[in-house]
Amino acid sequence: MSRPSTLSEKIIARAAGLESVRPGDVVTCQVDLAMMHDSGGPRRVAPVLEKLNVGVWDPDRVVVVSDHYVPAVDAESAKILDGVRTWCRSHKIENFHDMQGICHIVLQEHSYLKPGMFVVGGDSHSPTGGAVGCFMFGVGATDMAAVLATGETWLQVPETLGVRWHGQLGLGVCAKDMMLKACAVLGVGGATNRVVEFVGPTIESLPHVERMTLCNMTAELGAQTGIISPDQITAKYLRSIGTVFDELTDWRSDPDATFDEILEFDASDLQPLVAVPHSPANTTPVNNIDTTKVHQAYIGACTGAKLNDLHMAAAVLHGHRVAKGVRLLLAPASVQVTSTATADGTLGTLLDAGAILMPSGCGACAGYGAGVLTDGEVCISSTARNFRGRMGSVSSKVYLASPYTVAAAAIAGHITDPRPFLETATL
Amino acid sequence: MKSHRVWLLGNDIDTDVLAPGAFMKGSIEELSKHCLEAIEPGFAEKVKTGDVIVAGQNFGAGSSREQAALVLKLLGIEAIIAQSFGGIFFRNAFNIALPLFTVKSIQGISAGDQLTIDIETSQILNQNTGQKVIAETLPVHLVSIVRSGGLIPHLQNRLAQQQKHHPQ
Repeated sequence: MSRPSTLSEKIIARAAGLESVRPGDVVTCQVDLAMMHDSGGPRRVAPVLEKLNVGVWDPDRVVVVSDHYVPAVDAESAKILDGVRTWCRSHKIENFHDMQGICHIVLQEHSYLKPGMFVVGGDSHSPTGGAVGCFMFGVGATDMAAVLATGETWLQVPETLGVRWHGQLGLGVCAKDMMLKACAVLGVGGATNRVVEFVGPTIESLPHVERMTLCNMTAELGAQTGIISPDQITAKYLRSIGTVFDELTDWRSDPDATFDEILEFDASDLQPLVAVPHSPANTTPVNNIDTTKVHQAYIGACTGAKLNDLHMAAAVLHGHRVAKGVRLLLAPASVQVTSTATADGTLGTLLDAGAILMPSGCGACAGYGAGVLTDGEVCISSTARNFRGRMGSVSSKVYLASPYTVAAAAIAGHITDPRPFLETATL
Repeated sequence: MKSHRVWLLGNDIDTDVLAPGAFMKGSIEELSKHCLEAIEPGFAEKVKTGDVIVAGQNFGAGSSREQAALVLKLLGIEAIIAQSFGGIFFRNAFNIALPLFTVKSIQGISAGDQLTIDIETSQILNQNTGQKVIAETLPVHLVSIVRSGGLIPHLQNRLAQQQKHHPQ
């Protein structure tokens, strides 16, 4: 009988063709799927494949998404995007999504991910795939090129850190606040070389989209990846998008599996949190900084512009107007999110309040796209990172918060508690 | 043994200050001019081939962009010694043959000190103070990747071996 294993260890062992693995083992894994985008993808891997004189090991297991330089703002970005199209054509990559949204969101919307898969992504927010019960982690371009050439990659089996949440989330508090809390407790890099597995009653009742936010932001903890055991909520989500999958019962940690550590969090006393510049771990309750004026409020990125995130922003903004002197930029995470939010009235609510609709893509989050900041400007953002200079000028300041709190700041003109807006909401 | 001048940096040096997003579109040479400019103005002009970086916790946190390691290599940085590294950065650096050394403490090392580094024994000697630091032993496969000159030459060797054993 194989040794008791965590969910991650089971997936790694399966991908490595081994009965079981132990933390610290260095193993070679067969990759079920490789995803890359326009920035770290074809333009960086193509020269390597040429040098090696090899093609792509299995074009059907490769997904390419153009999301960083979209839409092109100058000849340079247009050339990068054109290069992606040409490369996909010449390498017979059918799974190519051109300007359809952010890779981590598109990957799930298009049913590429199934529980138990071992997936690499050419982006640090690849842990988002853990919400489906995949072991999915981010790699750089050379690692990706090696995967494309051989279909495999090496991995040092990480320890599993259990993050257990109990209690019910209050009004105006969400997965983003849970992760800002985790960043505050663990520190950025607090889960380096470990997998974060989210467990506990709060997680068990959390919607799939919110689980994506949890796994997504394990990148900020420095984790190898984040993962959640797939359950009936996962199954319901996968069925709703037409994914065909096997039984879920295999994909959970054994009751007697060894966790490196289990941290306990109480959702019931969690307040809306804000990460002040320049680290996601500089977290404080929103009421401690509620006079900070903002120039820009940004709802965007894989972390903070999924359908649920737009619903949260709309719940606050319903019947209100964005304050004078504040610009509220809204970049839905995918065209599908925009389409659904249009159909259910959410987009109308946001636009009526004064939100400015931006293209779907990574946009201003990483300073690549439209919506960047100039010297001394202050932005409150539903994104994941507030590193110095990330969203533009080195002297700009980015505060990270939930879509609720970003929306509330847009109305007030300064950072403020979103809960009073929700108590009076009639949505 | 060759001696290396130290650049001393703090904790959580992220990929965005190493390779700023606004310059990611262009060439690696252009990007390298902006490496660390947000926190260490003039770094790109002053750094010399053979220099090393010594830093605190979580060096290379953040993005998967390999350019964060590439610009340092291009500017001449030959090794990074830190208390811990971002996981993706760690792989990226070894993949391009930039060795990283993890140490318990960086106390006693000052900017401008001269270090010698023995990659075989992971032993670091501060020429200015005489202080010796032993870094964590590197996994065998990572040493092998660095010795090959990076993951790509390493793969080339492997593919050539396979060709030899299984000629088509």
